[in-house]
Amino acid sequence: MDAILNKDNLDELITKLGYEVLAPVKKDKTVSFETVKKASDIAWGSANTAVPPKRLFFPQTEELFTYDGDEITDRAPKPEKRLVLGIRPCDARSFAILDPLFTKDFNDPYYKNRRDNTVLVGLACTAPGRNCFCTSLGAGPFDTKGLDLLLVDLGDKFLVRSASEKGEKFLAENKSLFGEAGNDAAAADELKAKAEGMMHRTIDVSTLPTKLKTLFDDPIWDDLAQTCVGCYACTYLCPTCHCFDIQDEVRGKKGRRIRIWDSCVNPEYTLHASGYNPRPGRTNRMRNRILHKYQYYPENFDVIACVGCGRCIDHCPVSNDLVEFLGKIGGK
Amino acid sequence: MENPYVPISSTIVNLKEEVKGERAITTFRTEFKDKKLAESFDFIPGQCAMVTLLGKGECFFAISSSPTKKGYLEFSVMKLGKVTDALHELEIDDVLGVRGPYGNGFPVDEWKGKNILCIGGGIGQAPLRSLIQYVMDNRKDFGKLDVIYGARSTADLCYMDEFEEMEARDDVDVHLSIDKAEDGWKRFVGFVPDNLKRLAPSPKDTIAITCGPPIMIKFVIQALEGLGFTPDQIFTTLEMRMKCGIGKCGRCNIGSLYVCKDGPVFSWEVLKDVKGEM
Repeated sequence: MDAILNKDNLDELITKLGYEVLAPVKKDKTVSFETVKKASDIAWGSANTAVPPKRLFFPQTEELFTYDGDEITDRAPKPEKRLVLGIRPCDARSFAILDPLFTKDFNDPYYKNRRDNTVLVGLACTAPGRNCFCTSLGAGPFDTKGLDLLLVDLGDKFLVRSASEKGEKFLAENKSLFGEAGNDAAAADELKAKAEGMMHRTIDVSTLPTKLKTLFDDPIWDDLAQTCVGCYACTYLCPTCHCFDIQDEVRGKKGRRIRIWDSCVNPEYTLHASGYNPRPGRTNRMRNRILHKYQYYPENFDVIACVGCGRCIDHCPVSNDLVEFLGKIGGK
Repeated sequence: MENPYVPISSTIVNLKEEVKGERAITTFRTEFKDKKLAESFDFIPGQCAMVTLLGKGECFFAISSSPTKKGYLEFSVMKLGKVTDALHELEIDDVLGVRGPYGNGFPVDEWKGKNILCIGGGIGQAPLRSLIQYVMDNRKDFGKLDVIYGARSTADLCYMDEFEEMEARDDVDVHLSIDKAEDGWKRFVGFVPDNLKRLAPSPKDTIAITCGPPIMIKFVIQALEGLGFTPDQIFTTLEMRMKCGIGKCGRCNIGSLYVCKDGPVFSWEVLKDVKGEM
């Protein structure tokens, strides 16, 4: 059900409901999701944050547990209620993609506790970036997958679209903040059509998972690998890349076991203790990166592990262009 | 919520030096400190566990003892890196962490009534040892049991005392080999796949399970197919670098299969069509 949130009510939403509210904030010459105390802290108009908000659920580095001698203290988070405000539909979709990975067979309590305790309030995207291609992945600038609520900016107010049970419950529990949506839905639909029309890049991904199965030994992977400099930016900044390393940091008897984002582009990623490496070359590793997203993940979880946010293109130091590359695959 | 990343405190109750030297192999027998858990902990031969040494890290090892041996777990570990070097410094009564069991294990229930042919090389014998113990402890459930095992030299042979005991029994046939001749060695000299070809076991009602260095596995499978084994009669157990052991951290995939979760045991029927780096 749609509702209206007057922008004047934002401060109340941030301060009065008992949530830790995280929203895009200008920080260190860039924009990132940080805790906000008032509405004016929020950088609403910004494009996608450079680092995706996956770090709010799966931080770059986090303690799994700490220890003193043999005494272990579990550090799985038990966060207070959190509300993420202004997340883009593409980034929210990444959680719908990652949820099954982090909960299948074994629950990952670090990720899941944060997911369970967080309300995701998205902001519809009205100005797609130059490398955005979310519509090609079955998503779109107004998509609600992964979200609890979606906001559409209508000037002095937001149209609020409920997208999950959790979102519905949030609206019901905080009725006084919201008004009824009259004809505002029509205005939102107009903005949606306009935003979708602004998508600069498109690609047909429908045949990729099956096509890629036939291309494992194709020389095309060499083309991709030869220009790659192995900086891992594409993986670290990808909202669906979830690979991690686990390390011990220790001083005397006290220590901590941490997990850190890792990258399948890293040659040490698969290096055995014996010195043997099943993916010794960059060709092996770049192939694995692409196949993981567009073939293996669909085989395991029935969804392509890409949201079309364009970050890997925006931030590649050698301008390797994923959309262009996938186009070449599609043409094979 | 239960936290699968937190290891469970275990005590080393026995150490057995299998192989000496630079790449030493020791079998660690561990018991969970929690006695109830020690008794109730169950697994399938071929399954693995993460072994933690706080301050050093964690490694994924096959459980080399059988679930029929209640109360303890054994891990046969080659000294080969940061964590395993440190493990080899440990003594009886020292504490380590264990979490698991992980992976699929051998489908032993489906193999009931079949002849079992184990083909191992080097430290690759560890998961097969669990299976062999299991078959010996449930001897009437299985047909003939053959064990082909080899290492580079006599000094590199694992579980030699156990093999000698088996050689004295009549319900198991053991066929040992070393790569190059040594004084006093009266058994086969040559590579494991060659010993297999020489022995030429019949594929009839037989399941062949192989584990060892990747190159050995490759030639053993070729030899088995040459002997008439079909892909669904051939099983192997694989290893990859691992961190989480529970299918999250990403690195142990071969194609879309995760060795930690979908494996480590794979039938050749499944594996032969998988495109991926092993």
